[in-house]
Amino acid sequence: MSEKERTKMKKTAILSRLMPYLLKHKFLLGLCVLLTIGGNLLGLAGPYFSGFAIDAVELGEGYVDLSEVWYYAGLMAVVYLLSAGLSLLLSRLMIVVSRRVVNRMRQDVFDKLTMLPVGYFDTHQTGDILSRISYDIDTINTSLSNDLVQVFASSVTVIGSLVMMLAISPLLVLVFAVTVPLSIFLTKKLTGFTRPLFRKRSAKLGELNGFVEEMISGQKTLRAYGQEENTIAKMEEKNSDTAEAYYKADYYGSTVGPSVNFVNNLSLSLVSFFGAVLYLKGAISIGNISTFVLYSRRFSGPINEIANIIGELQSAFSAAERVFRLLDELPEPDDIEGAKELNGADGVVELEDVHFGYSSDKEVIHGLSLGVKKGELVAVVGPTGAGKTTIVNLLMRFYDPQSGRLLLDNNDIRELTRRSLRLNYSMVLQDTWLFNGTVYENIAYGNETAGKEDVERVCRVCGIHDYIMTLPEGYDTVLEDDGSNISKGQKQLMTIARAMLPEASLLILDEATSNVDTRTEMQIQKAMRTLMKDKTCFVIAHRLSTVRGADVILVVRDGEIVEKGTHEGLMSGETFYRQLYEAQFA
Amino acid sequence: MKLFTYYLRPFLRRMSLGFLIKVLGTVVELAIPWILSYTIDDLIPQGEMAPVIVWGGLMIVCSLLAWGGNVVANRMASAVARDVTRQVRHDLFAKISYLSEGRVDRFTIPSLISRVTSDTYVLHQTVGMMQRLGVRAPIMLVGGVIVTLTLDPVLTLVMLATLPVVGVITFFVSRKGAKLFKTVQRAADNMLRVVRENAVGVRVIKALSKSGHERERFRKVNDELTGKERTAENTMAVINPVMSLLLNLGIAAVIVVGAYRVQGGVTEVGKIIAFMNLFTIVLNALMAINRMFTMLSRAAASSARVTEVLDTPVELYEETPKYSFLPERAPHIAFRNVTFRYDYGSFALNNLDFTLERGETLGIIGATGSGKSTVVRALMRYYDIAEGAIEIDGVDIRDYATVDLRRKFGVVFQNDTLFKDTIRENIRLGRNLNDVQLTEAARQAQALQFIQEQGGLDAEVAIKGANLSGGQKQRLLVARALAGEPEILVLDDSSSALDYRTDAKLREEIRLHCKNATKIIIAQRISSIMHAEKILVMENGNVAAMGSHEELMKNCTLYKEISESQIGDRKAVGQ
Repeated sequence: MSEKERTKMKKTAILSRLMPYLLKHKFLLGLCVLLTIGGNLLGLAGPYFSGFAIDAVELGEGYVDLSEVWYYAGLMAVVYLLSAGLSLLLSRLMIVVSRRVVNRMRQDVFDKLTMLPVGYFDTHQTGDILSRISYDIDTINTSLSNDLVQVFASSVTVIGSLVMMLAISPLLVLVFAVTVPLSIFLTKKLTGFTRPLFRKRSAKLGELNGFVEEMISGQKTLRAYGQEENTIAKMEEKNSDTAEAYYKADYYGSTVGPSVNFVNNLSLSLVSFFGAVLYLKGAISIGNISTFVLYSRRFSGPINEIANIIGELQSAFSAAERVFRLLDELPEPDDIEGAKELNGADGVVELEDVHFGYSSDKEVIHGLSLGVKKGELVAVVGPTGAGKTTIVNLLMRFYDPQSGRLLLDNNDIRELTRRSLRLNYSMVLQDTWLFNGTVYENIAYGNETAGKEDVERVCRVCGIHDYIMTLPEGYDTVLEDDGSNISKGQKQLMTIARAMLPEASLLILDEATSNVDTRTEMQIQKAMRTLMKDKTCFVIAHRLSTVRGADVILVVRDGEIVEKGTHEGLMSGETFYRQLYEAQFA
Repeated sequence: MKLFTYYLRPFLRRMSLGFLIKVLGTVVELAIPWILSYTIDDLIPQGEMAPVIVWGGLMIVCSLLAWGGNVVANRMASAVARDVTRQVRHDLFAKISYLSEGRVDRFTIPSLISRVTSDTYVLHQTVGMMQRLGVRAPIMLVGGVIVTLTLDPVLTLVMLATLPVVGVITFFVSRKGAKLFKTVQRAADNMLRVVRENAVGVRVIKALSKSGHERERFRKVNDELTGKERTAENTMAVINPVMSLLLNLGIAAVIVVGAYRVQGGVTEVGKIIAFMNLFTIVLNALMAINRMFTMLSRAAASSARVTEVLDTPVELYEETPKYSFLPERAPHIAFRNVTFRYDYGSFALNNLDFTLERGETLGIIGATGSGKSTVVRALMRYYDIAEGAIEIDGVDIRDYATVDLRRKFGVVFQNDTLFKDTIRENIRLGRNLNDVQLTEAARQAQALQFIQEQGGLDAEVAIKGANLSGGQKQRLLVARALAGEPEILVLDDSSSALDYRTDAKLREEIRLHCKNATKIIIAQRISSIMHAEKILVMENGNVAAMGSHEELMKNCTLYKEISESQIGDRKAVGQ
């Protein structure tokens, strides 16, 4: 959790951001309110007709007007049928609204995720992100959509009863002048108190989910070291914390309802007391007191409900806050105005005195300059941790340098659209990434226009076609998540095939061959070389055999290019490269 | 629902107490309107203030009691919900920790994660709400029915006649609902998977500028989920209106039947009126009960998913050893005609047979997918082999207590995991090792320098080691494997991201310090394994050849081919 997340968001700010989601459906919501009022009226009409039926019965033994009774009972049945139909319609409408709201929110959150810079995912646990897009949005929905209609509809009743009460005895209404503020005060006080608790509850849940995700994903390792019990104990700690945070929020949250109830009952007592006083002074009749009480119930009922709803809204608010925090994350900055589309770049790359650090206090690249001609094969080698991967992050503009600039075809890459810049590269990363889809979909991922033949062609080139054909469904085999049916090496071959497919003029290979056996690697390399003809290629690998054919070898040490040259050139002197190279068979 | 009965049982007493308090609170609350009507109808007309004040005071006392009772009961309910959830989550996580790899493969990891997180969350909410709703409504229902029975049993029967219909409808709809909510949960898993894939694959997606495509993909799963949710909720939404319709029709029937009975002089109008008031109470109670049903059918889906895991037997996990003595002069590790096949997928091991003496090194080399990692998985008993036997010190690995078996190993898997914790904890991984041992392991693994640069053992490792380079991660993992001074050291492709120099130094350290450990090294680089006493060349789960480097160079064309492509490098050094 970043520092910023700890500061609280204003409730009004949250509400004003939630409202647009609902207001998008204002017609449907308006309809819902109308239906609710209509339903209430029909609900009242039932007892009204039953009154007539009773009147007909009231005549007593032997005088009951049975046809009248049947008539009104029939009317009741009709009214109730209508009201049932109405309420079914209402709930279905509400479901439509609330589901649309949720759908929209999830999409917004996801769209946002796709716009966030790579750094966000480097620093946030996936479990926590998932928790925001699922529970938090669910929580918002449960309380929001249904409850708001409830509030709107019941406010009609509240106003009506207030008018009636005022008509009967303005003096007695004064009782509510005390109790209503009291209940508002109580609710406010309590919710002010519970809100941080609900925030904590959401945060803890996110934390727990992150932890569970991390542990279950790393289970194989934990088992190897017999850490089952330790992990369970650690999880138990988080589990307890989460359960406790939930309890704390509930502990105070569940007081709101009874407290408001209490105030209502208090006001009833006061009404009866002052009613008696007024009666003794001759200012009110018994019948009026009784009707007043009836209306006061109608009056405080909804207020009661609203108080309960406010209680629920607490959790919605803290959930909403987490969702909006995510939506407020800074996206990758927009392309600058008038950014150029650079399609089919020649592939001339230049770095000019680039300074970069992942955090501002720790620079990892100190003034790197380098020029790469079109079609050259650049090999970046050096000890681990020397900052080789960082170069990829900069070339692809996953991160921007603190100072200096990168050029592609003599264009500052910041003046190009990100999309066109990135599409000029094909990339194979150290961590293979395949999604839940067929083999075909995974390989054709980078190029929608690729047909079956294209996919098969690159698979043949990569030497994985035969393997794919042995899978149960061939190219239509679905790759399950974390499926054990595909080995790491095969996954990697597939990502290589994927990278071969688009017509890009630059290629980035980040230790791409480290999981492929040498035979396959040679095959790939050969294929790559033909494919990469006239293309600029960056290979970041530790295998010097891969690197020997490079046009330029960059030896990186502590983020700086310490040596530059061809294999032969570098081997001829007492170079750091030579040291590295000779160490390989030590 | 088995889950509920099992987990709620220990809390029966606390829940009963909570229920009792809630009942009292409810009853006291019901007394308030009664006192009110008594005051208005009987006391005020007498024109005296004293009794009004006394009864008014009583009302306030009742209000206070109701307030206190409800608050306490709610809090007790929350406490029970907390404890139950904690227990379920704990048991579930513990169970998952001991599931065999084969089972984990079948459940899939994302699904297991969502069971621990979202399903237990649903259960928590349900247990809490059930206790709060679950008391008032039944009391009202039962109380209402009892009162009507004392008023007029015949009319009560008319009303009750609707209840079985209500019951049957509720039952069938909820059952259908439970099924639908299961599909909802599956759709939710799909939705979450797309999000997870995007979080993990963000670089590839951005590189290929596929964000738009991903948004579209998400829209599809999101829409599907929304559709499923709507269907499920729509189904459940039928219950309420149907229920109130039936009951209201019951009222109409009561009036008609009542009218005939009044006509016959068997009953009075007042009773019908009282009946109708009670009806409202019963109806409200039923509505509340229905809300519980909706919640329960949702919870039923979650609890089924939780139970499914809890009921999965723990396999391949032995609590106690089954052997009585270790045979003498047995090889340290022996594979005896081992054959293995995965549940899914096509590659496996076929008739693998070899032995290793203590302190020997086995190198395994071969194409991707040839079964190299499977050898290790079988040896550590992540999966059981189909035929043959694997022995350590002459004892079948199935006869070891699993903890003892695994304790023999120090292992780095392909693509192994680092945790969000300090560097110290990542190397130590919960074992009883001191800083001296950890530092020494880090030194051997060539990790000491960068650890110091990072700020020492206390420096934090980010999620999945995101703040470390590939090579740094691998060295940290190797340090972890070395730290426990294991009997058997397994390194599966654990130096692929290391430069040759570091790799060579690392190998030298292992040679010096792990003399007594039997080493299994899986690699692509011939240089990583060429000094091993035994080298296993694998091809499609079969042993293509086995022997020392020199022997293989003579006898195995495959090995020779691999080797020569790399030996070429060595010659280049000499140039």
